[in-house]
Amino acid sequence: MPYLGGEETVRELKRALSNPNVQSEPLRYRNTVLRVVRAMSQGVNVSGLFSEMVKACATVDVVQKKLVYMFLCSYASLNPELSLLVINTLRKDCQDPNPMVRSLALRNMSNLRLPSLVEYVEQPLTAGLRDRAACVRRVAVLGWAKLYNLQPGSDIDAAVVNELYSLLRDPDPVVMVNCLRALDEILKEEGGVVINKPITHHLLNRMKECDVWGQCEVLRVLQRYRPQSDDELFDILSLLDASLVSSHPPVMAATLSLFLSLCADLPAVSLAAVERVSGPLLAACGSGSREMRFTALCHIQLLMRSVPGLMGPHFKRFFCGYAEPAYIKQRKMQIMVELVNDENVSMLLDELKGYCTDVNTDTAQAAITAIGRIGRSYSDRCLEILTGLLGLKQDHITSAVVQTMRDLVWVCPQSSDTVCSALEGCEETLQDSQGRQALLWLLGVYGEGVSSAPYTLEVFIDGVKSEVSSGVKMELLTATVRLFLTRPAETQDMLGRLLHYCIEEETDMCVRDLALLYYHLLKCGIEETRNVLQGRRSDPSLGVLIGRPADPISQWACSFNTLEPLKKGATETLTASRGSPEHEAPKPKTVVELSETLDCSHVHSDPPGSLSADQHSDSTADLPTTPLTLSLSPTISPEEFERLWLQCHSLLSEQDAEESNDFLQTEERIRCSAVLQRSPQILQAAMQLVNIQTLAFTPPCTLPWRVFFYTHTAGTPASSLILGELLYAGEADLQPAAQKDDEEAERKVDEDAAAGELKGREDGQVEVKVTLKQQPKDEKAVRAFLSVLSTVLHTLSSEKA
Amino acid sequence: MIRQLFILSSKGDPLLFKDFRGEAGDDVVNVFYQKVTALPGDQPPVVMVTSPPAFRDLHFLHVRQGGLYWVATTTADASPFTIIEFLNRLAALVKDYCGGLSEKSVQMNFALIYELLDEVLDYGYIQTTSSDMLRNFLQSEAVSSRPFSLFDLSNVGLFGADTQQSKVAPSSAAARPIQAGREQVSEIFVDVVERMSVVVGSNGVLMKADVEGEIRIKCFMPSCSEQWASCSAGSAGYGAAVRVDGCSFHQGVRLDEFDSHRILRLCPSQGEALYRFLLQTVMQYQLTDDLPTAPPFRLFPTIERDGTGRLILFLKLRCDLPPKRSVLLLNILSQELSSPDQSAELQSQNRAVAWQIPRLAGGTQLSALFKLDVPGLSSASMLEVGPVGLSFELPKFTATGLQIRFLRLSPVQPAPSQRWVRYVTHSDSYSIRI
Repeated sequence: MPYLGGEETVRELKRALSNPNVQSEPLRYRNTVLRVVRAMSQGVNVSGLFSEMVKACATVDVVQKKLVYMFLCSYASLNPELSLLVINTLRKDCQDPNPMVRSLALRNMSNLRLPSLVEYVEQPLTAGLRDRAACVRRVAVLGWAKLYNLQPGSDIDAAVVNELYSLLRDPDPVVMVNCLRALDEILKEEGGVVINKPITHHLLNRMKECDVWGQCEVLRVLQRYRPQSDDELFDILSLLDASLVSSHPPVMAATLSLFLSLCADLPAVSLAAVERVSGPLLAACGSGSREMRFTALCHIQLLMRSVPGLMGPHFKRFFCGYAEPAYIKQRKMQIMVELVNDENVSMLLDELKGYCTDVNTDTAQAAITAIGRIGRSYSDRCLEILTGLLGLKQDHITSAVVQTMRDLVWVCPQSSDTVCSALEGCEETLQDSQGRQALLWLLGVYGEGVSSAPYTLEVFIDGVKSEVSSGVKMELLTATVRLFLTRPAETQDMLGRLLHYCIEEETDMCVRDLALLYYHLLKCGIEETRNVLQGRRSDPSLGVLIGRPADPISQWACSFNTLEPLKKGATETLTASRGSPEHEAPKPKTVVELSETLDCSHVHSDPPGSLSADQHSDSTADLPTTPLTLSLSPTISPEEFERLWLQCHSLLSEQDAEESNDFLQTEERIRCSAVLQRSPQILQAAMQLVNIQTLAFTPPCTLPWRVFFYTHTAGTPASSLILGELLYAGEADLQPAAQKDDEEAERKVDEDAAAGELKGREDGQVEVKVTLKQQPKDEKAVRAFLSVLSTVLHTLSSEKA
Repeated sequence: MIRQLFILSSKGDPLLFKDFRGEAGDDVVNVFYQKVTALPGDQPPVVMVTSPPAFRDLHFLHVRQGGLYWVATTTADASPFTIIEFLNRLAALVKDYCGGLSEKSVQMNFALIYELLDEVLDYGYIQTTSSDMLRNFLQSEAVSSRPFSLFDLSNVGLFGADTQQSKVAPSSAAARPIQAGREQVSEIFVDVVERMSVVVGSNGVLMKADVEGEIRIKCFMPSCSEQWASCSAGSAGYGAAVRVDGCSFHQGVRLDEFDSHRILRLCPSQGEALYRFLLQTVMQYQLTDDLPTAPPFRLFPTIERDGTGRLILFLKLRCDLPPKRSVLLLNILSQELSSPDQSAELQSQNRAVAWQIPRLAGGTQLSALFKLDVPGLSSASMLEVGPVGLSFELPKFTATGLQIRFLRLSPVQPAPSQRWVRYVTHSDSYSIRI
């Protein structure tokens, strides 16, 4: 910041500082120094006063000393030679009987940050480590860290390191914590301070002497320690239990971090710890500081990824206060959506409804989006609210509602009728391009249900010349062509006009290209166009909101208690992975959709690729085998699954591969591509459509890749339980597999090519090994089941490969 | 670890800047301010800068206190809980030492704050924030920024008569700088501060009620070593025992007699027998869902449309507190109203009407009639009205019914000349649906 009259001020200050009369009066001298420092902090360049200030440093007045040191530390790098003069005074001060003066001198000596002065600083620092007063030792310990960072790459003095290690036993807790910090910096290249068993136990025992900040530091450093035995681990955990529920959020968070890193192999213990902290975290959500609230909310979202029901009983705590800032309200709403269940849904919706008319448009839109997400599970109630909001005729609300409805219909096609009837007349209030794009999409896809659709489109087409958003124009093109397919008589004329305009007069290349594409497509014939444009209207697999598998804790443990969860993008990607890909990224939407729909025609020409949206029986119906009905009930818990799986295993080994009457184990290979890259959610959703429940996954693209699942077959002759595992262990697995294949050739269901030769993995084709265990034995059902399974996997791999 | 720390005024002027590790460029402050002002609306407390190569990976974390930005830059793996708690604590320390938190007080006391920062942080590592440790190291005198004002005189009763106000502890005492000449008077303040967050449904049913409270002790005296405070078992006036859902205590509190007698015993930390002041939150507690008393305010709204397309809003507010309690400041916010009736004001950019009531006695009620001209009023617009938010301060009242039964100082110490026990309940969020 330039300061007017800066030079004048500096000259005047210089005169005052060198005036002997001023120097003889301590109070006046101090005030002059104060004025210098004030000018400095206001941005005036006072470096010209350096030599006068060096003189002012020789005083008995501690306040003046502090001010001068502050000045010197700021400008030392500009005057390395003159700084040498200060060293003498500083070294003298290090001998002062007053510990405060000693620590002050030592701190500022190490703060000068001049590599040339290092040799003068080392000796006082060494003496400082053995000083009587704790405050001097604190400064000296950190001083060594500063010194080492001044000369990167210099040799580390083993004596100093040893001394610092021994100071871990210093009676003053701050000295101890500073030693940890200093050693961490000095030994950075060797991985920081070494934490062995005695040090760990020493630190744990002394933790209660430290204040909040010291405790956090100790807990952070302890994350490096690996206990040697389970007993030791649990001893540590029980010692730390009290700080897990500490009322100080920093301590609580640091303790949980430590718990999660110590118990990385014990998911049950980690889960218990996560549940323990829910109380203190909730208290932090009600903290007086809104920044603290925000931090706590972000971390609650993180925890809920693994324990979705964590805050279930406390959902009321996430109701928004009217004076809260928008960013807190939005986080709270995101959490409320996650907490919906049958009991609280009406209350939560009631609360969210209240936010929809918030004065802040961001909050209002977030509330409407939240209602839309709840609508995936409770569509009737939510649509009622959304339809009611359209009646307000406020443009930002209408726009948000239409976008939300589009997203909802994509996931829940059954709600399309309600949406269609609600759409009438809302085009008048829509102002922004996002909202209009959403409306056009709905009109195109569900145009047959909206009687006024052609007229609405006509209004848009008449105004296309004045339209600025290319997104809206492209959406308009797609919508008109789609509507033409269902209602040709009413739309033909306007489609012609639109195509003519877009091809002849439009300047935007994207729009023009799209228009040309549609033009040529229509020339190819109506059936071709239909194949391209009427591919997918919905994707129910994305609607899995309830019963979504919990992420393992290890997925987020490393980002807990860092800035990661607070970042803006963190939750956006989180929702995007669960939301519809077509809609979460509004900008390139049309483009994505187009390629997708074009792709669909491919899929449709592919015989096994029809995974019908809402009928489970469809996928089984077109199979050559006998009809098979699968069901998910009774449900099996993961623990039960594990028990049954192992039981089958032991039975098998006892009977030496000989198949008993009530039990069958079989292994199959299914070739498919790109399944490995699928996210677990999509795989699970696809499996659930045909009533196969998946229980556990490895993350995508890891080896070996595994999925465990189960289902019940019903009917002929009796119902049986099938447990299964999908396994892909990489190339290495293929060799033994080829041999096995010969033995099991008669059980081939799906293979039309000899599996042994198929090591070629062009276009990502891989062989997935399927192990099935059935109880009681029913081979027919197993064969039918295998073909269902392979159909699902094929569909997944052919779709959007 | 904190790399740099700075305090900015709301207009972006740097009031204070300290670089702990010598790693920063000069324009860190400007980069931060540009980032913060570029954010729409209320900005989340974390802002991040990565792009310019000069700032490798700067992570700004800031809190707003007293209209100022308190900013720390740090690394990506720093604990946000620690840094935010620290910044809040620092703001509280500055407030205690300077007697207030404003641009002016920070500017006037910048030397003191630099001194404070020097002791609190070394090389970016937090050393201590305990005020009794710090006061040994701080030498500068606080400069009070409070200008002489006639408003201060209004608290003094006419012709020396005691007013209601003067029976309550003078609020300026708590805001006084810690060091400024407190040698002669010894005083102890025990504050019970509660924040209510309440949602009342449109049918008058209490939908949610949370109370967060804390007991704070401020003590200015030549020396004090040990003191007892006790929160009551609550027979006085409320019938039922005080129920508190979760409490947590300061680590210096001994709880030997808490379970049986609800006595908190406070000991000075680390055997420092003599220290002059103490500032501690002794106990924090919360109560959810179940208030021992009825909510302090009830609102009876009626909304109608008259023939000419006006919205008529009739609000009747009743204070259900026992008589003799008074409410100091009350704000009622409701949307889309106009034409002032009592002392009300239309805030058109918020589309709200603020109804200000300087004081409302317990057991009484007030009403207000607002007539609003709303362009394009439709029946659907009625949905948009509300909720009503109340903000208030209730002195001498705790929503949980918690009361301090006695306050005793250890017998070896001379009794302080002044003891104050104060109760106050603030509204965190008190909204009533229409």
